[in-house]
Amino acid sequence: MSKSNSISQVPSNFDRFVEVGRVVLVQDGPYAGKIAAIAEIIDHNRAIIDGPSTGVPRQAFAFRHLVLTSLVVPNLPRNAGTGVVRKQFDASGVAAKWSNSSWAKKREAIQKRRKTTDFERFNVFLQKRARRDLVRKAVKKAKA
Amino acid sequence: MSRFTEYQVIGRHLPTDSEPSPKLFRMRIFAPDEVVAKSRFWYYLRSLRKIKKANGEIVSVNVIAEKKPNKVKNFGIWLRYDSRSGTHNMYKEVRDLSRAAAVASLYQDMAARHRARFRSIQILRVQEIEKTADIRRPYIKQLLIPKLRFPLPHRVSKSRSTFAASRPSTF
Repeated sequence: MSKSNSISQVPSNFDRFVEVGRVVLVQDGPYAGKIAAIAEIIDHNRAIIDGPSTGVPRQAFAFRHLVLTSLVVPNLPRNAGTGVVRKQFDASGVAAKWSNSSWAKKREAIQKRRKTTDFERFNVFLQKRARRDLVRKAVKKAKA
Repeated sequence: MSRFTEYQVIGRHLPTDSEPSPKLFRMRIFAPDEVVAKSRFWYYLRSLRKIKKANGEIVSVNVIAEKKPNKVKNFGIWLRYDSRSGTHNMYKEVRDLSRAAAVASLYQDMAARHRARFRSIQILRVQEIEKTADIRRPYIKQLLIPKLRFPLPHRVSKSRSTFAASRPSTF
């Protein structure tokens, strides 16, 4: 098996892999929008994901409904239990890295915008108009 | 949720004067529901013994639950199926979380590769393969490589609207 062993480690043009420890973003179901780590690969289409500190219970999930992130929980053993996943997940600081990423921030901003009411959007419009006004006046002053 | 459930069906011949306590027969049957499970029990029993539904009775039907439904297992499945030209025995391996789920994906696989329907497939034996060395099929072997990793090429993301301002990126 030594030959096939090296197959998964050959250099690749891809930088995100399905692998044990890979942090994924759940796209579907009741845990949509949360991150979890891959604990075990079932087959080409599914993996067991676990996110004890993000509120995603251990479950089988199809890659179709997951997005791979660039984050990895290092040194996560294959088929680690929820306790070990929690320990390694928290120790690696993946949650902080995720919430600081521009991807997570953008997602949050989009969610926020989607939740706004008509009146809130109107207020944003007013504030944007006020900001535009300030900027234009400053530019005019600088040019003169 | 799986399309199939594993049932344990126990039945026997009706008691007669010559045989007041007939032998019990137990089968583990994969079926979508209890009704189909009982029907399959009679189908198998009447081809194995001289007992049929008219002169027999079902003693009990109960669901066999998976012991460890969160553990990934490799199953070897022995089956017999009627193709358009004959009957074949087959051995296949499936990697799944439960026996019932493995059988469900086996039926799907048989339908896809051999156009075999439920009625033309008989599951002979489902056995978990404990040791990696005992795995025979390369399509399961390749998933057992230590430090397995693979990319997901060509991701097609679903757009919220019918029209998009920019082409989707698939990598």
